[in-house]
Parts: sequence; structure tokens; C-alpha cells
Amino acid sequence: MDLYEYQGKQYFARFGIPISPGGVADTVEEALAQADAAGYPVVVKAQVKVGGRGKAGGVKLAADADEVRLHAGNILGLDIKGHVVKRLWIEHASDIAKEYYASFTLDRPHKMHLGMLSAEGGVEIEEVAVTNPDAIALLQIDPLVGLTEEAAREWVDRAALDPEARAQAATLLVRLYHCYVEGDCDLAEINPLILTPEGKVHALDAKVTLDDNATYRHPEWEEYAADDGEVDPREKVAKEKGLNYIGLAGSVGIIANGAGLAMSTLDVVTQAGGAAANFLDIGGGANADVMAAALEVINADPAVRSILVNIFGGITRVDEVAQGIIEAIGRVKLSSPVVMRLDGTNATEGRALLAAHLSDRLIVEPTMLDAARHAVALAQA
Amino acid sequence: MSIFVDETTKVVIQGISPTSQGLFHGLRNKAYGTKVVGGTNPKRGGETIEGIAVYASVAEAVKETGATASFISVPPRGAADAIVEAAAAGIAFIVCITEGIPAQDEALAYNRLVQEFPGTRLLGPNCPGIISPGKCNIGITSGDIALAGGPVGIVSRSGTLTYQALHELSQQGIGQTTCVGIGGDPVPGTNFIDCLAAFEADPETKAVMMIGEIGGSEEERAAEFIANSMTKPVAAYVAGVTAPPGRKMGHAGAIISGSQGTAQAKMDALNAAGVAVAQNPTECGEKMVAIVKGLG
Repeated sequence: MDLYEYQGKQYFARFGIPISPGGVADTVEEALAQADAAGYPVVVKAQVKVGGRGKAGGVKLAADADEVRLHAGNILGLDIKGHVVKRLWIEHASDIAKEYYASFTLDRPHKMHLGMLSAEGGVEIEEVAVTNPDAIALLQIDPLVGLTEEAAREWVDRAALDPEARAQAATLLVRLYHCYVEGDCDLAEINPLILTPEGKVHALDAKVTLDDNATYRHPEWEEYAADDGEVDPREKVAKEKGLNYIGLAGSVGIIANGAGLAMSTLDVVTQAGGAAANFLDIGGGANADVMAAALEVINADPAVRSILVNIFGGITRVDEVAQGIIEAIGRVKLSSPVVMRLDGTNATEGRALLAAHLSDRLIVEPTMLDAARHAVALAQA
Repeated sequence: MSIFVDETTKVVIQGISPTSQGLFHGLRNKAYGTKVVGGTNPKRGGETIEGIAVYASVAEAVKETGATASFISVPPRGAADAIVEAAAAGIAFIVCITEGIPAQDEALAYNRLVQEFPGTRLLGPNCPGIISPGKCNIGITSGDIALAGGPVGIVSRSGTLTYQALHELSQQGIGQTTCVGIGGDPVPGTNFIDCLAAFEADPETKAVMMIGEIGGSEEERAAEFIANSMTKPVAAYVAGVTAPPGRKMGHAGAIISGSQGTAQAKMDALNAAGVAVAQNPTECGEKMVAIVKGLG
């Protein structure tokens, strides 16, 4: 789960990482109150989970209350790449002497943690990685050892941060590492990490991705889940039903068991000349309730012209899936025909169960490719 | 021959109880012919559950039964500790199918194994398991879709596509030496290269079928290994050619950001390494069948 900037900053603050004084505002009046508390001048920042806020007019400097009123009024309700701004972060504007970059994430090939630190922050780090890779000081961290103060001091030297920033930066990096590990982040990134003319180092932005698998040990994450910034209404409904669904732009609705098989189903639909309306993995226990929920979500998508159900039973028994489909069809009135491919454990029994229900609206095909071709043909009919 | 597990492998099921997933899958594995020699549960040592002797710890189970492998399907909060317990008890091969283990725990457990218990191999987490048809099945793969006798080794990052791969070959009468599901988590204990190297060294395996998916760079690394260190032919499929960028598709592994980790980049790398690259699982099966028939 990605956090909004303000949530990321508040998360950083829990671990003692210095941020600018500020607060959230959902109205112009709240923005004025937060600006008073933070102290002028302030920055008014749109809270959306999409890049390019500044260019879209979502980040403005305000010298006084009139300017806060103007900018907050303009930014609230602003549409940034399909994300409508409902919340602002108002913080005291910082004078900037230097901008750095710092992050921690998992180094998958080496199966260790990876710290990235650069004296050239404030720009896209991907760009720096291409144009000037030597400007990024990488640090592999053994999870059994962690990031020691000593290693952090060597690291800031190696990254050639300004001498007056190094001691503070080393301390901050150790805290950011704790935030990353104990805070169960997939990514903890500060860009820019700034040095002020007064010689203070602090985080001016926050990009935090939390590891959803660790939700069970972080009751404090509950507030983040309440507003996840989802913009696709289909995905909102699917999420409420507990489905692993991603909305796409095509006309063939997809239901499959297993993420790999679902992705593969998208691939074969494309190869058959069609386009998938969604990715939907119903996972292992594909009972009638799950199948009905999946069919409901896909049926509610007006772009869907046919539905492709691709099941390979392992532990999931195909006869149970077939029973689920029969029950689901009884509950949900479908506006599109369904093409099924059923293989694996008890597939013969499953196909036998469905035999009495087959029609030109409910079709079984012997293979994945046949099913994809048929579903695409129906979608284009 | 087979890789990692065979008819001599003795399996202990960790965290066994009358209602546990481990018992359900363990009984299926046992029915397949796998030597399931016991289970562990700190609160049930000395009991027998559905014919399976329960020990208080993995160490005790190893001492009493000579277990060489363990099977973990306990919930995420206990899985990393279970992995380390098995390794500390001297288990050589651990299969962990648990889905949803925090990445921090996985990274910690993996590095403990590497540094403190280098003799232990971990398969998974979040994988379907391993089957050497006719010899040993640890995990959730249905034994019915596998065919004994070789000559193909299968390695796959995706669960249901592992079954699909077995199915494509078995239907054509082509058997498998071993089918390994390595799982799609960020820190897999066993990766493509581990399996490719083992298949290359296994005299009964004549060809390898590899199923990858979008995300990370494991397929690219595997391609490099194939080009430099493999003599046996490989056919491959990478799922997610049409996946939209920047979205997680179920697995932690199945995410692409920017141009890195796309299916096309992986297929190009595999192609350049001389691998027969297919556009879908069925075509991959067909390419593998053609390769096997060409072996004479």
C-alpha cells in the first residue's frame, strides 16, 4: 500500500525523522488554520497518489493568508491525472541550500536490503541512475546486521554529502532504516532530503510503500486503508468484495484461479485478437460466493461483452468450481455470455455437472486457447 | 534420477493439528507415496493424528525418524520461525507454501539460512511445492497431472501455471523428472538458477521447461546462466506480456515498473540465450514436446 505524502511524513515522524512543521487540511478554512500553526511562508501541497503534482499546479508557495486562501481554493477539487484532490498538506516553507536523495528497499537479486544515497537529489532518481550512476552511493545491508552508525557515517562520506550535513544525515539514515525495517516498508524514500542554509537536515518529501503482508502486526495502518486513493470504481467494488481485481480497457471479462494463470489468460486473449477488461484472480478456494462476487463485479462493467473463466484445479476441485458457477449464475443475471475452460483435479466431474446448464450463453471449451478464441469472437460479434 | 527430492526423502510436517492445512496437504502427499514420517506441534508431542506421529519439535522428529525434509504451511506470523527451526534441526530441504509472509521476515530468515545453516535448501515461501513423479510430492500439486519417467525437468515461478506446464506435457505422454515451483515472493529460497544447475547435473533430465512471470530480473539472470552453463535444451514462457505497468497482480513478484522486468525484456533475454520461447503455456508445451522428440 502506497501512503500519501502526509501519511509518509507522519510515519517518518514516529521514527524520529525530522520533517517540516505542518498539518492536513480538507477545506480552505482548515488550510488557513494549519498555515497559522506552521508559520508563514507555507507550501500548499495536493495529496494525491500520482506523480507530477507540481507541474499540474498542485504545489504552491503562499506568503500570507490571502495566498493560502487562493491556492487552497484552487487546488482542492483539482483533477491531477484522474485523481481529484480532496486533501492538502500545509507545511512551513523551507529555505533550501542543497537537495539530496535517500531510500531503502529490497535488493532482490542479492536478497539483502539496499540503501541508495545521492548528493544529487530533488530530481527523478531514475534519471540520475541513467545519466550519472556514480552520483548514487549504493549500500548493501545484511538484515542480520542492520545499518550501524559507523556504516552510515562511511556511507555519507562516500556519497560526498556536504560536510556540514554528514553527521545529521547519518543519524537520519539510521532512523530511516529503522522505519523501513520495523515499519515494514517495501520502500522508504526521501526526495529531496534537504540541507537548509542554517545547516539543518530534514525530509521535505516522503514516499512510503507499506508491505501489505505485514498488516497483521500494524494496527496503526488501519487509518491508511480507509482512504487508499483508488480511482477506478470497478476496483473499489472489487476490493470491497475482497477480490484481487485490476481494471483494464478491453471487452473480455477475465476470471482465473492463480495470478500466473490470470496473467497468462490476459496474454492469450490478446494473442486471439481481443482485449481483456480486467485481471481477476479468484485464488484457491473458488466457492460459489467467490465466483458469484467475481461475476457480479465483471457484469457491472458496461464495457464487458463476453466473460472468460479459466480454471486449473490443483487443490481446488473443478467440480466445486462448477457448482459455484451454477449457483452464481442462478444469483446473478449476466448480460454477457460465459466461456469456460476447466482442467485439473476432478475436471471430468465438473464438466459433467455443467453439461445440463450449457447453452449459447454458457459454453465449455476444451483448452485455454480455444476458450480465449471463442470469448474474443463473442466479444467482437 | 530427480532433483532435490526422491523416494528416500523423509518428510516431517511442521505445525500439524487435526484442522491444519499441513495435515490436509500432508495426507495427500502421503497418499501419493511420499514418505511422511511425522509431524510437529509443541502442544501435541506424543499424539498420533490420522496415523501421523507428532513430535514436540523438528529436532525431536529428526532424532526419532531421520527426517530429511520438512513441509511448512503454517500461517504467515509463524512461518519464518518455522523455517529457521527446521534448518537448526538439520533438515536439508524445506518446502514452505505459506503465502503472505512479510518481506522483512523473509529476508531475515533467508540470510540466517545462508549464513548459519548453509547445508539447508529452502523452497518458497509462497510456492506450490515440488514433485518428483512416482517418488515424492511435497506441497499442493495434484499428483494426478504429473507423469513419471522423465525426461523433462520443470521450474516455474507461478502456481497454477506450474500445473498447466505439467498438464501440457503429461497430455502428450512426456514425463517429468522433477517439477519445482519456486514461488513468486520477493525473497525466494531457491531460484531459477539453482534449479537449472540441478537439472543440468541430473543425468535423467534431458530438457528443461521454464515458466517465468513479469517483475524482478530472475529470468534475465537465468538466461545468462543458460547461455554460459547449460548444455540441455530449454523451452520457456513468461506470463504477463499484456500486464499494465506499475500494478501488482497478486504476487509480490508480479509487478513491473518502467521498462524493467517486462515480459518482453525477459523473453528477449531468453531468446538470445538460445531458449525456445513461447507466447503461451500451450505453445511452450508444444515446443518442449518437439524438443524431446528430437532428442531421439
